[in-house]
Amino acid sequence: MSLPDLDHSIVPVWRHGYRFQFEPAQNAYVLLYPEGMIKLNESASIIGQHIDGQASVADIIKKVKAIFGDIPEIEQDIIEYMLVAQREHWIDLV
Amino acid sequence: MSAPVGLPLWLLAELTYRCPLQCPYCSNPVDYAQYNQELTTQEWFDVFDQARQMGAVQLGFSGGEPLVRQDLEKLVAYAHNQGFYTNLITSGMGLNESRIARLKEAGLDHIQISFQASDPIVNNALAGSKHAFEQKYEMSRLVKQYDYPMVLNFVIHRQNIDQIDQIIELCLELEADTVELAICQFYGWAFENIQGLLPTKEQVIRAERITNEYRQKIKELNIKCKLIFVVPDYYEERPKPCMDGWGKIFLTVAPDGTALPCHAARQLPIKFPNVRETQLADIWYESPSFNQFRGDDWMPDMCQSCPDKERDYGGCRCQAFMLTGDAKNADPVCGKSPYHYLIEEARANSETPVPFEDLLFRNPKNSKLLNKKQLIPTRTVMD
Repeated sequence: MSLPDLDHSIVPVWRHGYRFQFEPAQNAYVLLYPEGMIKLNESASIIGQHIDGQASVADIIKKVKAIFGDIPEIEQDIIEYMLVAQREHWIDLV
Repeated sequence: MSAPVGLPLWLLAELTYRCPLQCPYCSNPVDYAQYNQELTTQEWFDVFDQARQMGAVQLGFSGGEPLVRQDLEKLVAYAHNQGFYTNLITSGMGLNESRIARLKEAGLDHIQISFQASDPIVNNALAGSKHAFEQKYEMSRLVKQYDYPMVLNFVIHRQNIDQIDQIIELCLELEADTVELAICQFYGWAFENIQGLLPTKEQVIRAERITNEYRQKIKELNIKCKLIFVVPDYYEERPKPCMDGWGKIFLTVAPDGTALPCHAARQLPIKFPNVRETQLADIWYESPSFNQFRGDDWMPDMCQSCPDKERDYGGCRCQAFMLTGDAKNADPVCGKSPYHYLIEEARANSETPVPFEDLLFRNPKNSKLLNKKQLIPTRTVMD
């Protein structure tokens, strides 16, 4: 399966007003925004922890692979996540 | 078997019922003037501690007008330090640059400003204030300047619905991140004024079409602005899943400390607990009032056997009470309800509206008058 087009050198940042945090009561990471909240699944939580306004998409792929091993699906998951997050306006790609 | 009780993820802190405006569609209780024993700063801190411990994460500062409270900055700072996402839901009255800056410093995450209309004259007439529009306009500019995400909220009704295009243009000019075009729901003061506020079906259809045209335009121009159009349930045949279910995720604490499953619930003939006397966890998990409409055991047969009960929970308890006199009944918005004719009557009456001058404005004087009136509905349906 071919990957959708995304420049790996761009740096994702949470959109202004969006906050990623761990919620002990839910035992989950959530994304908070004006009057709303999204509970994130496991892979979105792992990726989210590496979005810090410094790391590029390529850096994030490298970091996640360093934890879970060189699994080809990781790259695909991360790129898909970025595209969804951009479409939903959770992140800006700069 | 009933599902386990969820976490109170959303805490609405109604800091005060005081407000400089007099909107005739206000959702505050009509008898608000009698509840004037507001929680202190320290009592609110205690509520925030308890709620956060229980998993609350979204916190709305509302009212009345929350800016009337001079300790708002302290409350925001405290809640922010506890890890809440803090939302200020305001009319913009009482805001100024120094407070915007101080709230930013306190960690306020987001500001929602409500407008009455896009036209200053209509706006000010609805608000019952001469300078409201100018103030709101300037404050919206400053909110963006101070880099807050900004939601602009318009309660839409028959007095402003035909200006929906100008309303959206105004929001785009002010660079709103989100626009809520919320067609009036009929609680509190709005219920008293329904015949002057409920738009006609044609008006709603036109407004929705124009909103969709703007959505398309916004997409084409790649503007980051989301338009939310809230359809009035009076034009639906299926009821709304009110509050996502009674006592499921929403917890309101009223100005005097009364805990409610939603901000309209105070009018129900139920004794609700107060945070001054009862711990929040006991209120949420143990109190008879919060458990009253959880699950489906309380439902009448009609709702029990309905395949939609998991989706809409039989609709809104307050609306059932206001229209039928019994909060357990199906929400009359439901096409299967024997009381649905009341909704049809309201739709028909929207063709002959009461004039603007006859709207009942929300102020302490009218509140005291209404408090003397018996507001319990007495309608019956013959089997």
